[in-house]
Amino acid sequence: MLNKKKSFIDKIPNWGWLCISLATAILLWYFLSVNERTARVFPFIDKMVVAFKTVTEREILWADIKSSMISVLLGFLFGFLSSVPVAFLMAWYRPVRYILEPWIQFIRNIPPLAYVPLVVIAVGVGRVPQVIVIWIATFLTMTITIYQGVRNVDETLIKAARVLGAKDSDLFIKVIFPATTPFILTAVRLGSSVALTTLIAAESTGAFAGLGMRIRSFNNSYEVEPMLLYIILIGIIGITIEKIIKFLEKKLTGWQETREV
Amino acid sequence: MERNVKVKIDHVEKIYDGRQGKMIALNGVDLDIYENEFICVVGPSGCGKSTLLNIIAGLLEPTSGAVYVDGKKVEGTGTERGVVFQQYALFPWLTVKKNVMFGLKLKGMPEAEAEEIAMKYIKMVQLEDFVDAYPKELSGGMKQRVAIARAYAVQPEVLLMDEPFGALDAQTRTQLQAELIQTWQEEKKTCFFITHDVEEAIILGTKVIVMSARPGRIKTIIDINLPYPRTQDLKMTKEFLDLKAQIWGEVYQEYLEVRK
Repeated sequence: MLNKKKSFIDKIPNWGWLCISLATAILLWYFLSVNERTARVFPFIDKMVVAFKTVTEREILWADIKSSMISVLLGFLFGFLSSVPVAFLMAWYRPVRYILEPWIQFIRNIPPLAYVPLVVIAVGVGRVPQVIVIWIATFLTMTITIYQGVRNVDETLIKAARVLGAKDSDLFIKVIFPATTPFILTAVRLGSSVALTTLIAAESTGAFAGLGMRIRSFNNSYEVEPMLLYIILIGIIGITIEKIIKFLEKKLTGWQETREV
Repeated sequence: MERNVKVKIDHVEKIYDGRQGKMIALNGVDLDIYENEFICVVGPSGCGKSTLLNIIAGLLEPTSGAVYVDGKKVEGTGTERGVVFQQYALFPWLTVKKNVMFGLKLKGMPEAEAEEIAMKYIKMVQLEDFVDAYPKELSGGMKQRVAIARAYAVQPEVLLMDEPFGALDAQTRTQLQAELIQTWQEEKKTCFFITHDVEEAIILGTKVIVMSARPGRIKTIIDINLPYPRTQDLKMTKEFLDLKAQIWGEVYQEYLEVRK
């Protein structure tokens, strides 16, 4: 490493690499779109523009995005609000932990797509089952993450606060809560990603609009172009949400010794 | 020196119920700590030094016996007893200043007043250039200085230190020792200082207490009648070396006991 000339890898800034990555992807996409075997499923950008026009003219694009975002947001919100207290209870009261943890681990390993029909049979079609499915999936992921965080709070910080005169309520507000913030934000990030990936399952039965529902409907009518457009759109939404949360994480937990990946 | 008993340790016993049966950590410890004394405790690992400190701090309850501070029985923690931990235990989400202000604000002190007091102690530990830094930006020695300032800020009468310099390199340690002696001389407090390092114990303490292991109890109490301010030069003097030989001998016996 000593006196070694900076290699070209370091010379290119991060945004440069991002451009290169994007360009490579588009190039690859182009090859797939001209290759005979893959041309059908990878229509190139010009076709995407046409597809975009079609779906906006049919007035489905914004309705789909809106519908999906409402389900994701509601499901995620319920998931978050219920996971925080449950995670804290699990961390503090062993009986709660011993009873709930096996359930959570068990359900967490079942793909949501498998139990969607049950939810639909129970509550009917429409918005409600979508929100419930996303709620279940986000709740499980976030509970586990936050619970780990509460259990990881450094014992000596609690001792230090106690000897400085902290009462139980102070401990919670001034030590345990801030110490857990990084884990809560990680949970939010994982939860939002789970919410989005569960969306397709959630909308698989009886949704009236939505990105996931529409992809299935395009599938039934063999409309490959708008389908690919929607798939790319879900990716863009996902990465945007993740970037926003990462930005928040940086702002709120910049004090951390080690950064999480 | 006044002979006011500040901390009375009255036949303190601590027994842990472990997986391998009962473990006696402290076997009837009696000790009177006088006001403004600087007690250094040395002894092999597992002799119950930390347990004793935690009991004085009120972080642990003794199985039997009790600790009294100014004649009042210790029940739980109290701000008249400050603690400095080996692992610094700074709140990583707070800046240096906010860390030092932590205890003051718990007392309900107004922001401005708390800040003023915090600044005084931050200056005492010479970290005025780092008031707005977060702990992750500080070296180990600086972190421990913040922890000392934080403990001092709430103005405890008794300062309990659990191997505070144990994780620091030799040079930083020497420097912090000198600073600690100086602050102790300026703001007389009753100190209870745990260490592995016999030299450190002699340089700092008015008394050195050697504890024996398994079960933990006080083996010997040695008065250190070396004049303050003590500097590192003292380490070359005959008195110092004699004391070191004596205390090291006592501790070494205990190490051998433990290894058996």
